[in-house]
Amino acid sequence: MKKNRLVIRTVILAVVVIAVGYTFYANFFASDSGVIEEGDTAPNFILTDLKGNEVELEDYRGQGVFLNFWATYCEPCKEEMPAMDKVYQKYKDQGIEILAVNVTEPRLTAKTFVDRYNLSFPILLDKGNDVTNHYGVGLIPATFLINKDGEVVKKIVEGSLSEEKIENYMELIKP
Amino acid sequence: MDKKQISCECGHVNPYGTQICESCGKPLHEDDSKKLLNMRYEGSARRSQTYKKTPIDKVWNFFSSVKVGIWIIILLLVASAIGTIFPQEMYIPPQADPTEYYKEQYGFLGQLYYQLGFHNLYGSWWFMLLIAALGLSLIIASLDRFVPLYRSLKKQRVTRHESFMKRQRIFGVTSGVNEDKAIDKAKEAIKKKGYNVREEDGNLLAEKNRFSRWGPYVNHVGLIIFLIGGMLRFFPGMYLDEVMWLREGQTEAIPGTEGSYYLKNEDFILEMYDENDEQFKEAMERVNKVIPKNYQTDAVLYKQKGERVAGQDPELEKVKKYPIQVNKPLKIDGLGVYQVDYKLNELQAMTFKLENKDSGKTFGEMTVDLYNPKEVYELKDGYRVEVMNYFPDFEFNDKDEPTTKSKIPNNPAFIFKMFSPEHPDGEVAFVAIRQNLEPLGENEYKMSFQNVETKDVSGLVVKKDNTLWILAFGGAIFMIGVVMGMYWNHRRIWIRRMDNEIWMAGHANKNWHGLKRELQTITEASGLNMPEDQADEDEKKS
Repeated sequence: MKKNRLVIRTVILAVVVIAVGYTFYANFFASDSGVIEEGDTAPNFILTDLKGNEVELEDYRGQGVFLNFWATYCEPCKEEMPAMDKVYQKYKDQGIEILAVNVTEPRLTAKTFVDRYNLSFPILLDKGNDVTNHYGVGLIPATFLINKDGEVVKKIVEGSLSEEKIENYMELIKP
Repeated sequence: MDKKQISCECGHVNPYGTQICESCGKPLHEDDSKKLLNMRYEGSARRSQTYKKTPIDKVWNFFSSVKVGIWIIILLLVASAIGTIFPQEMYIPPQADPTEYYKEQYGFLGQLYYQLGFHNLYGSWWFMLLIAALGLSLIIASLDRFVPLYRSLKKQRVTRHESFMKRQRIFGVTSGVNEDKAIDKAKEAIKKKGYNVREEDGNLLAEKNRFSRWGPYVNHVGLIIFLIGGMLRFFPGMYLDEVMWLREGQTEAIPGTEGSYYLKNEDFILEMYDENDEQFKEAMERVNKVIPKNYQTDAVLYKQKGERVAGQDPELEKVKKYPIQVNKPLKIDGLGVYQVDYKLNELQAMTFKLENKDSGKTFGEMTVDLYNPKEVYELKDGYRVEVMNYFPDFEFNDKDEPTTKSKIPNNPAFIFKMFSPEHPDGEVAFVAIRQNLEPLGENEYKMSFQNVETKDVSGLVVKKDNTLWILAFGGAIFMIGVVMGMYWNHRRIWIRRMDNEIWMAGHANKNWHGLKRELQTITEASGLNMPEDQADEDEKKS
């Protein structure tokens, strides 16, 4: 009888703790459903670059990918782009690609920006915000470091990155 | 038998902590034997108070206390009250950064308010924890009281112990009557009042409306269902509330459908009541305003077919056309798309002519789509215009460079290069709304503005709430519990033969007046003495 009572009490408390625990988890740790986290496989996408070529993420398996989300109206993006380009010159022959996804701006706006800063890495146009949403990007600049196996090693949302930092990140995903 | 259990002289074994024998009603703790009995929970042992052993029992006992429950409610009330002092996060200006906003607007207190999570009260971890504690308190405190109460009401015997009878609030003795006759008459009168009567050795227990004792527990079950409903909102697929802005002509994926449905806005319609309408003319003149009659988005619903990689153009199949109006949402798979907002006349395209400033002669017209301008516009006879730069939402940044604030063409500006036979290398012009600058020296040609094309933008909200029926169900159970406990009360009358006397005692969990009135009728019909209200007597004495 008393043992039974302890079992019933334990079961009721456990049910409540699990239910509340899950609610907390869902609310505080996984609030944006579909957000890509470190350790996830980077979702594949197909976008067109400024030259009109289709670029598919899966084609870069075996290489490290520095996936950056940006826009011309985003000041920190503007600041980090030239640094990214410098580092790119050093690492592009070491199996690393930078893919810079422009968040829903007209092609022309993106192109004039790229011409002005003389950027040499591929710029992809995310017309319908589809890929941006898929990756759960809210604030830009946002960068995902993807290793040669297509896994997201690191997600960086912290404002403009310095050349030194970008180099360190490149080392992380160098195949 | 467990050592801690209490055996009554009637032979019934009571759980440890019992105040009044469940069966015969004998008080088990002899103290001041003249005092009225405390009949709360029938003197049963609240389970929490009986023993403390494992940590589980300790947690259980903590939440079993009504005092703890009341404190939780007080804390929730105080927190909710504090949460109204400064605005909640959703009501501060949308572009404001809450980390800065509260400090700037309200100083140190504002900062504290933000840091403690009062700015998003219902979403803060400690408020949710308090709600969870309230739920736990409701479950445990109810269970700990309901089970013993149920047990003692079920086990109660007809013949009650003398001291139980004597120490009831309503108690009276009758002697010198024909006992059998009086009791028979009383029984009849009691039955007429709708009581269930049980008999044992010529003694009576009459009882009615016992179910009203369960009211508070039913009520708590309703509350717990309600809380579960609220909790389910956080579970995937149960609740959705997302804004979707659609320009006329635009097709977008509907949030919450995992990209399987797309919606196109074909036209947004805003209709006003006719000012000359006989029926409404007077009313409109009185308020001196035009009154909107209809907000409507002519929408087309599409389904995306087959597999699709993100970023690829969707392969769409038309499902249906539907005019979305206020309170007439488009329903798809449990989702509703509601009309909630609009913006009229947002810039969509601008039309220019290339003009010779001196002669005023024009050389072709070009229309620039502000969401996707072309790089080059070829005009006739070798005239052409290149768009060197485009700023949809133009401003000068802090370094005095031309830049764009956003991707929405609120204030479009262009740098055009105009090619003409006279100027094969082109002339540069900066063109914005009501501005025409020539940054590299005077030009022979200019871009003369012709007109704009505007589109309306419809504000829709995608909603889903699978918890509503649970909330309604919980609310209904809650009300049933309230009604059960409010409109009925549990009444009992005991009649016992004692030697040559007839003892009569009564108990009601509330509305003693009602019980006394019934007893009045019963005693008049049976010739028994009307019992006294001993609580009144106590008052008189003191």
